[in-house]
Amino acid sequence: MKNENLYNYILGIADNSLILGQRMGELCGHGPTLETDIACTNISLDLFGQVRSYYQYAAKIAGDDRTEDDIAMLRKEREYKNVLLVEQPNTDFAYTIGRQFLFDVYHLAFLAELQKSNDLTLSAIANKCIKEVSYHERFSSDWVKRLGDGTEESNQKMQAAINDLWTYTDELFHQTEADKAMVAEGVGVDVTQLKEKYYKQVNELLKEANLEIPESKWFQKGGKEGIHTEHLGYLLSDLQYMQRTYPNMEW
Amino acid sequence: MSEEQIKNLEKQFEERIARDEKIEPKDWMPEKYRKTHIRQMSQHAHSEIVGMLPEGNWITRAPSLRRKVALLAKVQDEAGHGLYLYSATETLGVSRDELYEQLHSGKAKYSSIFNYPTITWADMGAIGWLVDGAAIINQVPLCNTSYGPYARAMIRVCKEESFHQRQGYEIMMKLAKGTPEQKEMAQDALNRWWWPSLMMLGPTDDVSVHTEQSMKWKLKRKSNDDLRQQFIDQTVPQADLIGLTIPDPDLKWNEERQSYDFGEIDWDEFWQVVKGHGPCNKERMKARVGAWERGEWVRDAAMAHAEKKQKRQEKQAV
Ligand SMILES: [Fe+2]
Ligand SMILES: [Fe+2]
Ligand SMILES: [Fe+2]
Repeated sequence: MKNENLYNYILGIADNSLILGQRMGELCGHGPTLETDIACTNISLDLFGQVRSYYQYAAKIAGDDRTEDDIAMLRKEREYKNVLLVEQPNTDFAYTIGRQFLFDVYHLAFLAELQKSNDLTLSAIANKCIKEVSYHERFSSDWVKRLGDGTEESNQKMQAAINDLWTYTDELFHQTEADKAMVAEGVGVDVTQLKEKYYKQVNELLKEANLEIPESKWFQKGGKEGIHTEHLGYLLSDLQYMQRTYPNMEW
Repeated sequence: MSEEQIKNLEKQFEERIARDEKIEPKDWMPEKYRKTHIRQMSQHAHSEIVGMLPEGNWITRAPSLRRKVALLAKVQDEAGHGLYLYSATETLGVSRDELYEQLHSGKAKYSSIFNYPTITWADMGAIGWLVDGAAIINQVPLCNTSYGPYARAMIRVCKEESFHQRQGYEIMMKLAKGTPEQKEMAQDALNRWWWPSLMMLGPTDDVSVHTEQSMKWKLKRKSNDDLRQQFIDQTVPQADLIGLTIPDPDLKWNEERQSYDFGEIDWDEFWQVVKGHGPCNKERMKARVGAWERGEWVRDAAMAHAEKKQKRQEKQAV
């Protein structure tokens, strides 16, 4: 492939939305209230909409006959480049919200930078997505505050979720080789520059929500290189089920 | 109020409905009207919510991104329908929590069709095409029903349901024109969903209760049998068009009636499912009750937070 770095770079962005969208989609019909059910489905819908724009572009870059669905559903587990954070399961509503919040703060800052990309397609996609993601960020932040401040039980649950998910935050700011190459070309976002602001914003909100900032300095990474947690395989077996069982068909 | 006065009010009330005036939440209404509407509207709302489950079952496994987005949007629409139907029901002086309680305890019913399992992707097509299709036939007349909030909710709902129906039919069409395996999948789904869809239009007229009163209040405008005939006459040509076969050996065009004659419906199966013994009644209830129970601490937290926030604001104002 002529532009392999760009291709991999796009997948690195899109896979986060794909996997998080899939997780949010799992909840449809099972939310704690009808209103949150609708909101979570909305987030899932937005993310899949974004995924389609990215993969359609990636398919064009690849320049062969692969489609958005081939890219989304026919790779092996080791070929998915999403961060570990987004593949974490919906253990309870606090985990769902915590995962969303820890990703949204990053996602919003990331898209604000991606808007400035030299690559006009990427900057246009970022421009389209940023409105949606700022809504996601408001939704998840509000819920972190609600759960942190609400009852003793909700505070404990929210705290437990943040504590468990914290270990996956640092990976957001790691750079792969494709990232570095794309930053050098003015196409990609230098995520290392987003880190300080990210933790500042997250920490402020946690404080406001009556939650402790986790002290652990031990972090997990590997998703960007395709080394995932055990959760991803199961998620993919659902996601890929139809494409694997009925190859080469149109739906 | 004397009996005489009540009689008078009732008479005026029936006259208003006969003149096609809408009844609004603040208007006086007979207790029976209120109760009947709470029952029917909440049953409808419950059906929307329980109806999310069989289709929700395929969201994570949809075969393409395009189909996944469309399915998510469809199931979300059903949640929206539930939301405005619950809101419309609340105008009759009952709370959403009470309505949920009735659903969870099994006191309130929901459409039996959602107690059938969705076992292949083609079921997403069959549900949209047939189940939303039958729902539209049931519901279009309700856009003119006498209770204002219900009529207005139905206008919105029906627009979206016809979109769902086209979307479902399009899924079936694609399968029917696909590989032999896909076509077989489509035919199998039609075989399984056809008869339950016919049952969705309700028991035959001779055993159907409270029809007369419902007709007067415009909760019903045509009999179940008429609605069923309308559904069959509309759907058979659609199946023909995409080369699928309706699983009824007795189905035959009747030149004289300008309608299809059709075979016997298995009403024993219908009553079995209505009475709670269908293939998925227990799973559906377990899913709803489970979501509600798992969500309790979340709802409590939201309430506690709102109260605390208000207190903090009041303190600041002082
Ligand atoms: Fe409906
Ligand atoms: Fe609906
Ligand atoms: Fe529908």
